Amino acid sequence: MGCAVLVVGEWVVGEIPDVTLELLGKGRRVAGELGGELGIVVQGSNIDLSSLGMADVVYHVAHASLEHYAASAWEEAVMGVVEFVDPKVVLVSTGTVGMDLAGSMAVRLDATLVSYVLAIETAGDSVVCTSQLYGGKLLAETETDQFPLVVTVIPGSFPAAEGRTGGSPRSEVVELDDRLTQVGARPIAVHEPEVAGVDITAAPLLVSVGRGIGSEANVELVQELADAFKAPLSASRPVIDQGWLPKPHQVGKSGKKVTPSVYLSFGISGAPEHLEGMRGAETIIACNTDPHAPIFEVAHYGTTIDLFDLVPEITERLGG
Amino acid sequence: MRIVVIMRQLADLVEELEVNDEASDIDREFVKFVSNEWDEAALEEALCLKAVLGAEVVVCALDEPDVDQTLFTALAKGADRAVKLTGHDPEGWVRGRERARIFAAWSKDNPADLILTGVQAADDLDGQTAGLLAGMLGHPHAAVVVGVEVDGIGMRVHQELGGGIVGESFLGLPAVLGIQAARQAPRYASITRIRQAMQTQTIEEVALDPIVAQRVATVRRLYQPERQSGAQMLEGSASEVADQIVELIRAKGLVRG
Repeated sequence: MGCAVLVVGEWVVGEIPDVTLELLGKGRRVAGELGGELGIVVQGSNIDLSSLGMADVVYHVAHASLEHYAASAWEEAVMGVVEFVDPKVVLVSTGTVGMDLAGSMAVRLDATLVSYVLAIETAGDSVVCTSQLYGGKLLAETETDQFPLVVTVIPGSFPAAEGRTGGSPRSEVVELDDRLTQVGARPIAVHEPEVAGVDITAAPLLVSVGRGIGSEANVELVQELADAFKAPLSASRPVIDQGWLPKPHQVGKSGKKVTPSVYLSFGISGAPEHLEGMRGAETIIACNTDPHAPIFEVAHYGTTIDLFDLVPEITERLGG
Repeated sequence: MRIVVIMRQLADLVEELEVNDEASDIDREFVKFVSNEWDEAALEEALCLKAVLGAEVVVCALDEPDVDQTLFTALAKGADRAVKLTGHDPEGWVRGRERARIFAAWSKDNPADLILTGVQAADDLDGQTAGLLAGMLGHPHAAVVVGVEVDGIGMRVHQELGGGIVGESFLGLPAVLGIQAARQAPRYASITRIRQAMQTQTIEEVALDPIVAQRVATVRRLYQPERQSGAQMLEGSASEVADQIVELIRAKGLVRG
């Protein structure tokens, strides 16, 4: 009983996700500063206790409704543990699980909620968070001394390595069968990604296009450049959501993670979700008319020349 | 079936944003406000569901700069009713918790079978509307939704779980969904149709008592991040920059011929 910080584990399929290790590493520090233990809640039967050594206690909830993923069932499981443990701070990612659970939980717990967090510090009896707003264009520093506090953290904000070491945590099973049986939501299946004709993850050079292209008709301009390079055309989420390119072409959190030798982008401002998918490229060359666009922070080379002036010039040099 | 779509205005992210003198909010004076793009996806999904189920689609938004344009556009696209909620400061930053409280207050008198809204908005410091509202109404919910089908007394929803993995689950109605993408790209409404909607349809205004949201973290400072050393900027005309880019890529052995 009585953890200062509770991390929400986010396994759905496969390995323990990095973000859970990131939260454990950071949670360890915050729990120490708040003078309490670090707990983690894990759902379902897909559990590897040995990888959770950074926690003091692992709270385990198992029920048929927690296999695969159904938001309301997971929420009920985490709520059950939170009520049992009464933590000061709950940490979850600003991914699907965090967007599902954090808002509703904060309301039910009458807790403060801070989202899109990149940094957390304690200052006396307060917690100071730095959040990324407006697609990474602005940062907001907030302070609260009201607990409980629910914090959703942007994946990649803290080193996963810090959550990887540690001892052997105690394991406690939290029995929530009655509550979970009453939840009106149930998981059906988890679908793996489609195998598509184009594989943007294999190409040594990617030409990528974003919101700045403006319209579907303009995509042709960048397609011609990609063709001249004999490279696939990839895109950021707004282009995919508009239906201007099919889903297998998407780079970013909800698309593919790519690590080409060269990533050449046009009209992409660099939302955090996009950067997550391409920052591992060897050389990044970015074209965006806004000199403050976040993409220039990860790019190696940049230009603010309008893509409509620049793209035809490059295509021409390639004999396209 | 009654579907409510919650929409909102947001500073256009294509433009540069300035912070006010108090560093407590963006400088709203010269900002262009546009409809939140994910809300447009939520509207599209609602209109697609209407086509299948014959539902009534009601769009609801707070009074915010240029919101009438968004609401009339929604009517032109096929929404049945548009509701604008007043009682707050339409020129200020309505924090997420307060926003959700306002919609919850309205929803209690205007129940829906399904509430759809955009998965997130770029200033959602206090969490996303769908989850907050679902908690206030006690409804089941799901975020990052990319597919919705009616299944008997409930819905099957598809949610992106990252890395291209999609989780499918069942939830009962009424429910609140945060939409990431509709089954098709948002439809287009011509200026003629929007003008027609303005002449033939009305926006219903509902005044609510001001709500002071509790449990909101105080913003000490809003600021532009320090530019990391980051990119080396290529100088010169379009033609000169094109030369440099081709050379950079040629040096990697990736220019053929």
